[in-house]
Formats: sequence, structure tokens, C-alpha cells
Amino acid sequence: MPLSLLKYGLRRTYPVTGDIAATPDLKPHYDVGIIGGGGHGLACAHYLSSRHGIGSVAVLEKGYLAGGNTARNTTTIRSNYITPQSIAFYKEGVELYGEMAQELDFNVMFSQRGQLTLAHNDSTMRSFHLRAETGKFAGIRAEVVDAGDVRRLCPGLNMDEGGSLEIVGGLWHADGGTARHDAVAWGYAAQAARRGVEIHQRTEVLAIETAGGKATAVVTNRGRIACGQVLIACGGMNYDMGLKAGIEIPIRCYPLQAMVTQPVKPWLHTLVSSVSLHTYLVQSSRGEVVIGGGSDPYQLYATRSTLDMKEQLAAGAVHLFPFIGNLKILRQWAGITDMTPDYSPIMGASPLSNLWLDCGWGTWGFKATPVAGKRLAECIATGRVPDIIKPFALDRFASFSLVNEMGATAASH
Amino acid sequence: MKILRCPMNGPRNIQEFQYLGPVRHAPDPEAASDAEWAAYIFHAENRPGVITEWWRHTASNYVFLAERNIVTNTVVRTFDAWEMEQMR
Repeated sequence: MPLSLLKYGLRRTYPVTGDIAATPDLKPHYDVGIIGGGGHGLACAHYLSSRHGIGSVAVLEKGYLAGGNTARNTTTIRSNYITPQSIAFYKEGVELYGEMAQELDFNVMFSQRGQLTLAHNDSTMRSFHLRAETGKFAGIRAEVVDAGDVRRLCPGLNMDEGGSLEIVGGLWHADGGTARHDAVAWGYAAQAARRGVEIHQRTEVLAIETAGGKATAVVTNRGRIACGQVLIACGGMNYDMGLKAGIEIPIRCYPLQAMVTQPVKPWLHTLVSSVSLHTYLVQSSRGEVVIGGGSDPYQLYATRSTLDMKEQLAAGAVHLFPFIGNLKILRQWAGITDMTPDYSPIMGASPLSNLWLDCGWGTWGFKATPVAGKRLAECIATGRVPDIIKPFALDRFASFSLVNEMGATAASH
Repeated sequence: MKILRCPMNGPRNIQEFQYLGPVRHAPDPEAASDAEWAAYIFHAENRPGVITEWWRHTASNYVFLAERNIVTNTVVRTFDAWEMEQMR
């Protein structure tokens, strides 16, 4: 990356090149059809073409590139989960973010600035001790810090001494960070497109044809394509897409709301979240304060905001950093989260032998973009499910072997 | 502010209500297979379109049913659980 940047700087001319070709005509057949042109699907296309030499890949996107939950999440990257299975998986995701800019020759603005989760009472502190020790055992950086450390890590935070939400300590996760969500998707898309992957925008999948325990073709609004293998990775619409293939995935959809303030000078140098307030904050590279965490209280396929959820988010943010009360809200939005019963994703095999699932990403999908893409590419290329994602199989529900991650996030669900 | 019509208390602010999730029909615990039982526990209705679901009016602790379109968020109707009994 630094060397190519230097070479670029010393050039005499700067020809304009498009990273991604305009949507081509659909061919009648592809080796792999990826449903969903978000971060996960594009990452999978990248790894299929770069690691496994599979270039006959069509990424089918209903709207525009990375315009769904990839554009709507709050870009938190971390691995401080509860179960050893999850920590091992998300740890690989964080590591892949570390090398992503090199891998993609694209500046994804990965900033490993650390994540601080706040505790307002002793019971939260006890759960943090368990998470920190489980994390250390799994090889990630996670430690419990006291109120003094919190103040040092995050000056300007309202400690609420003597109040009902007094900060008594926190879980400090030095591996945590953030990255530019669009750059992640564009970087993967550009690399994949360079190796012949076709990205079809405004191409909606209407039906999935099946025969003899296999998915045979995908019918889109632009024509029918036969696929050797199919991956479902379409975020909020995963449940509906599963139904098209005759598979009922245990997912319930809820909107998750977020917003950003006007940009201010850099002042928040960590990611901060509060489980009690259901609020998390990060200051983006542009200086905007991204505020997230409000799940709607009932099932819905909608990306509208509501005043009551926005008020709740704003109240949490202003409580933690009172000066935010002087800032204006610049943008607000919601994304459809596909929530699973155990708050863990559903990855790998499906009842159809050549159809793979990358579903149930709820409120925790962005951080897993590279690792999910890499591991599902491995599934598709080799036909075998790698050990690291085996705990997240669809059939874990039938055998009651859940991977419980409820409470591993500050989102209000 | 969204209004939900409670069958007992009339139209009220939706913040007065608690969402209790889609209606699930429990299989016979004695006769159900493990797979049926797992499906009952983990699968809930999520089809884009109108679904039937449980709601509770918190202030009066009255539990009732609603048919709501989960794409448009329009409530088709709300009704007492007694009606559900009649339908079964």
C-alpha cells in the first residue's frame, strides 16, 4: 500500500478508471450466484476469486452496491463476545480488518482505537469479569478497568457520581476499532471485479428453483440464471430469501435505528457503549458522532426512523457526553436486522446441498464481513464447512446447541 | 406517535403497549418429536405481510391479539383472544 501510493504520487498522468464495471447483461450460467451485494457477499466474491480461482461469480443486488445494512450499521469492530466459539470467530474477523487495506489495495480507514463498554452497577461488572477472562483465554485483549481508568481512557465522560447511572468501571477491549463501511464494500467489489466477478445491481431475486435437494437456478427481474452454487447473504431479507428456497430460517426482523451528529473536532478516541443506556458512540474519521443502538420494540420490515427511538438514543448520548446536547443531528436512519434466537449468526450448510447460508447477522454483522466472506468462500470452493464456523450451523437449533450471545452488545434488543 | 386500538380501552398511544410476539401454536408436549418442539421454540412467523400477534395494554394488563402488516406497519384489526378460541 505505501509503495503503490508513492508510485501513484510520482505518476505524470492520472487516468480515470472505474473500479466496478456498469452492470453487464446476465449470462445463462454462473458457477456461483451470490444473493446480496453487501459487504458479506462482496467479501465472499473476493475470496472466491482470489483464493480459490473461481471467477464465474455473479453478485445479485436488488438495489445499489452496499446500500443495505452495510451502509446502515455503526461500524463497530470487536471480538469481546461471551462464548469461546464466538470469540474465536470474531477474533479472526478483527485480524482480517488489520490486513484488509493491504489485501485490497484500498484504504478502508481501519482505526484500532479500542472499545470501552461501561458498567453502571456491580452485576454488569461481574459479567465483564467473566467476559474478560474468557477473552484472555481465547487470546484477545480484554480487561476489566475501574472508574479511574475509565476517566483516563475517556475524558469528558459524565461519570454521574452519586447518580443512578454512576459509572463504576468498564470492559476495555484494546482490539476494538472502526473502519469506513463503504470502503470495505468498494474494496472487495473492486478486487473481485478485477478478477472477473460480475456485480449486477438493480437485480432482484424473485425465485430460487430447486430440484432433487439442490438449488438449480435463480430467477431475477432481469432473467433466469443457472447456478452451480448459491449463497444467501442479503441481510434484512434473508428470511424471505430462505422461504424462496423452501427453507424456514429462525429469524425475526426488527429495525435498528441510528443517527449521526454534525462533525466536530476529534475528541472521542475510543468506541464507547453502555449496556444500561442501550447506546453506543463512535466518532467517525469525518468528525461526526455516530450514535446507535435503538431496536424497535416490534417486528417490522422497515427502514424508517421513529421519534421515540431517536429521543431515547439522544437521551443516552447526552447523558454520557452532555455537550452533545449542543450538536445538531445531521442524518438518521434504520436498517432491518435479521435477529436469531441466540443472537449468533447462521452460517454454512442448508438443507439444499449446494445452497449456503450467511444469515442471521442481526446487529452484529459488519465486524464479521471479512471472516464470513472468507469462510463461506471456503465452504463453496471445497464443499466442506470449516471448523471455525461449525458452531453457527442452521441445525444447531434442532439439537438445542445454541451459541448464546444475548447481552454481548449494547443494542436494545 | 402511533396509535393502536385496544379492544377494551380503545385507541391508545402505542407506547402504552407491550409487544408479545407472533402467535405460535404449541404442539402436544407428550406427542411432539424433538424437531417439532425445537421448531415451536425457535421459529416465529416473520413472513413479509400480515401476521397475527399478541399485545398487552400495560396499564390495564389486558392481553389481546392484532393482525398487523409487518412491511407497511398498518394494523388490520385488533381483537380479543376469545375470538381466537372460536377460530380453532
